[in-house]
Amino acid sequence: MLRLASKRLLGLATGEAASSRPVQILPRLYHENVIDHYNNPRNVGSFDKNDPNVGTGLVGAPACGDVMKLQIKIDEKSGKIVDACFKTFGCGSAIASSSVATEWVKGKSTEEVLTIKNTEIAKHLSLPPVKLHCSMLAEDAIKAAVKDVEAKRAKLNGSEAAPAEKAADA
Amino acid sequence: MASKLLLQTLTRRQPTTIIRRFSTAAAVATPPDYEDPSGITMKGVKISGRPLYLDMQATSPVDPRVLDSMLPYYLSRYGNPHSRTHLYGWESENAVETARAQVAALIGASPKEIIFTSGATESNNISVKGVMHFYKDKKRHVITTQTEHKCVLDSCRHLQQEGFEVTYLPVESDGLIDLDRLRKEIRPDTGLVSVMAVNNEIGVVQPMEEIGIGALYMRRRPRIRVEPQMNGGGQERGIRSGTVPTPLVVGMGAACELAMKEMEYDERRIKSLQDRLLNGIREKIDGVVVNGSMERRYVGNLNLSFAYVEGESLLMGLKEVAVSSGSACTSASLEPSYVLRALGVDEDMAHTSIRFGIGRFTTEEEVDKAVELTVKQVVKLRDMSPLYEMVKEGIDIKQIQWAQH
Repeated sequence: MLRLASKRLLGLATGEAASSRPVQILPRLYHENVIDHYNNPRNVGSFDKNDPNVGTGLVGAPACGDVMKLQIKIDEKSGKIVDACFKTFGCGSAIASSSVATEWVKGKSTEEVLTIKNTEIAKHLSLPPVKLHCSMLAEDAIKAAVKDVEAKRAKLNGSEAAPAEKAADA
Repeated sequence: MASKLLLQTLTRRQPTTIIRRFSTAAAVATPPDYEDPSGITMKGVKISGRPLYLDMQATSPVDPRVLDSMLPYYLSRYGNPHSRTHLYGWESENAVETARAQVAALIGASPKEIIFTSGATESNNISVKGVMHFYKDKKRHVITTQTEHKCVLDSCRHLQQEGFEVTYLPVESDGLIDLDRLRKEIRPDTGLVSVMAVNNEIGVVQPMEEIGIGALYMRRRPRIRVEPQMNGGGQERGIRSGTVPTPLVVGMGAACELAMKEMEYDERRIKSLQDRLLNGIREKIDGVVVNGSMERRYVGNLNLSFAYVEGESLLMGLKEVAVSSGSACTSASLEPSYVLRALGVDEDMAHTSIRFGIGRFTTEEEVDKAVELTVKQVVKLRDMSPLYEMVKEGIDIKQIQWAQH
């Protein structure tokens, strides 16, 4: 009885009150860019970490709820990053931050990508203050990957690549 | 009666004056602006329809039979139960006393031992602080558990600030307390042992009958007395001042009566749904851990950890299932739940927990859909998880020196 009445009430209401709906402004939990990268993460995957042209950055800790693995593939001749991929254990913002990072490093030199700042990633994804550490982790992952590949190349080429490694540390 | 009137009004749609009387009700029933035929958009998330609900430990739908019992007290018998001078007051008082008897019958208490409050937080404040304040000259010590609800823990902390001593009893890895350990902690000046019967997060059932202390009602023999936490008109025998809301109390009474009649049936049915959910998930994926004892557990609760998958991202992908995360990430503290930590759950596993709550109105179809969506999402996130990849490669992730942030 009651159910029937309330159904009719609802039916009636949709017809009559559609024009006078109250405007509600709700706080957003995730920016659409975060949701986009979470739903369609770019460059998920792994490269062979023993490849001398691949740099691997593994940052974060399981106990903190975030672990990021970001890998870059360097073109031997030009030194540019030709490909990048990631795997992340973490919240949606951490996944989105690493997904964005892989997009941004492609086509750039290792020096250039070291200038990518966490603030830019945070801004792109409109991360709230509690999620800023996700973007910092992404920046750390880029730096760790560059450091790794440069150390590998230095080992292979002897003294030739040493200055590059110093630049990475600086 | 009331609904009949409503129905007649709406079908005939005349006289117009009566329609206007109900216009506020119609406005309330308007679908909110975040819903449209193509789906629902809220908090930046778009969902194809209303999610299926498996968060029954947060709150649950009202049984229509309960609502039926409440409605007259909203619409026609709306008297204040404390009014002494007219019929409205008398009939409300009767209704409140009937409800009190219904609640008492369910837990095997006397109606005089039931005090209506706004809810668990208030009840626990009255019990914990009220008892200790009343007996403060002789009793200076309280025992509780580390997995207790925040309202008990916070009341205890408040007592500590006032100079009382509090022992926070640790729990075993299954979430249960060790009775021998409890016995050892009891001292001559222990005034209160507060242990929750069913944990709200992990659903474990503590051995209450063996402690022998009632918590929700106030025993009269021997009489327990408390200092009131609310001062005012002296309602509820002076323990809880404030007007008793008749419709809500009537609803609680009706719910207790229904529970008494149907509890066994509900428990059997919900247990089968709990099994269906757990087995359904475990058939498809490995690395699923139940947090808390499986033997001594409230059947409507299933708190699961999914190894190598972070809880918040899992919830984000499970927008079509309304569940809670065991880790408090969403509440911005980025800390795993204190209940899971007290159980000794590894921190990384505590970050991966989800609480499924099953209720009287949950269907098999809903459980099956929840299994399907959960499995799909866990598989997707594991493909994306560096930890899962490392484990598959045979690396022991516990041996890695992680850089803690």
